[in-house]
Amino acid sequence: MIADSSVFDTLTSNFWLSLLLKTVACLLFFLVVPLVVGYMEHKVLAHGQGRLGPMEAGGFHGWAQLVADGVKFIQKEDIVPTAADRGVFSLAPGVVMIPYIVVIAVLPFSATVWALNLDVGVFFVLAMSSIGVIGVLMAGWSSANKFSLIGALRAAAQLIAYELPMVLASAAIVMQAGTMSLVGISEAQWQMWYVVYQPIGFLIFMIAVFAELSRPPFDMPVADSEIIFGAYTEYSGLKFAFFLLAEYGGIVVMTAIASVLYLGGYQPLRGLEMIPGPLWMMGKIFALSFVVIWVRVTFPRLREDQLQRFTWLWLTPLALLQILGVAYFKVAF
Amino acid sequence: MTAPQKTFGFGLGLVKGLSVTLRTMLRPAITVQYPHVKPVLPPRTRGVIALKQENCTVCYKCARECPDWCIYIDAHKEAHDPAGGGRARSAKILDRFAIDFSLCMYCGICVEVCPFDALFWSPEYEYAEYDITEMLHEKERLESWTTTVQPPPPLEDGAEAPEEAAS
Repeated sequence: MIADSSVFDTLTSNFWLSLLLKTVACLLFFLVVPLVVGYMEHKVLAHGQGRLGPMEAGGFHGWAQLVADGVKFIQKEDIVPTAADRGVFSLAPGVVMIPYIVVIAVLPFSATVWALNLDVGVFFVLAMSSIGVIGVLMAGWSSANKFSLIGALRAAAQLIAYELPMVLASAAIVMQAGTMSLVGISEAQWQMWYVVYQPIGFLIFMIAVFAELSRPPFDMPVADSEIIFGAYTEYSGLKFAFFLLAEYGGIVVMTAIASVLYLGGYQPLRGLEMIPGPLWMMGKIFALSFVVIWVRVTFPRLREDQLQRFTWLWLTPLALLQILGVAYFKVAF
Repeated sequence: MTAPQKTFGFGLGLVKGLSVTLRTMLRPAITVQYPHVKPVLPPRTRGVIALKQENCTVCYKCARECPDWCIYIDAHKEAHDPAGGGRARSAKILDRFAIDFSLCMYCGICVEVCPFDALFWSPEYEYAEYDITEMLHEKERLESWTTTVQPPPPLEDGAEAPEEAAS
């Protein structure tokens, strides 16, 4: 059922050429799709507030707005504060951004379109997506700025608090699918998407995704009315652009994981099999990204203590219950 | 007084909020894309002050009433010999009439006090400059704006006829 080799390996038998193809594909994906989601954020936020959003850049409905933004960021002066720890300060954007690029390698877009089919896929994804916060801590600490430090520590506290329900929710999926490979989990949902069996788990996972990405209503690490821009306060130019790219890349990657775990990944709805798998996967990524943005435009920011209370008193116990339920059905039937 | 209705059900408020933003998203935005589409302004819009020079008698009322002292008027007298003979008649000739729109606060007092309808409000608003000193506009420019002055809006039903119409 699960193909042993990806489409890249069938194209060429040369290992190095295949590796090059995979790398280029992953990088292209990371450079294009987050920009599309970023543009979508501009537009959805604007229309949610009765505005139009970017309309000029590129001509048609401002489609080139993010390209123009990128050019602007490149032109800007790259400022490093005098008191900053130069090396760590410059390294931080990369540490935030690279894990998300790495995760793209394990995303399955059909039974054969993937770069890497890891047996520990879910584990790998969760581990990688947590590395970003080290970059945020590095950024906050090395900026020599109290707002940056507060933001970084908030980000770390938030990650610890929300990583737990996220891992527990994924564990329930792994139990039901019987595999940790993302391709395997997608294949296991050929009959019915797991969101039908585990709607609570899906809800918990999505809430944890908002928190992991520091997206509203859980954006206390970058709360502009309290701590300017959190760990990113001192950044400018290309380094700041990397942080932004990492945020949108994070949205793409995390929604892709949520689609694989709960919405069947590339599995089509019954009766719509003529639409190919990669399109289904992209459609699910964009649909969930829309939800992420939609939630941002709707809800105000929670307080720091409310955030912690919510996860420890509600999400974690609910996730544990979900595991119990799945385990019961797994053993009983 | 009835107590505010309590929303029961966990998370109902969240769903309500989401539906509000979704409905706003689906409604077309009312934004006017300004440089491409010009807004339709009401005729009494206070955009800029236009000067009809032939009505001006150089009475200086506008310049004196102006709270910002942003109206500059220079004039000289000319004597005319009347055709039928007799004492020479003197007339004031307007040499300079300028409004400094960097000082003007658009109060409209000059338009109100003008006894001979030489000053008008025009809805024209596109006269921005890159330098504040360029905002001092002379009588030729002020005159050019008279073409953009709109006729007053029609009276409401049952309103009294204006005094000018009765006389």
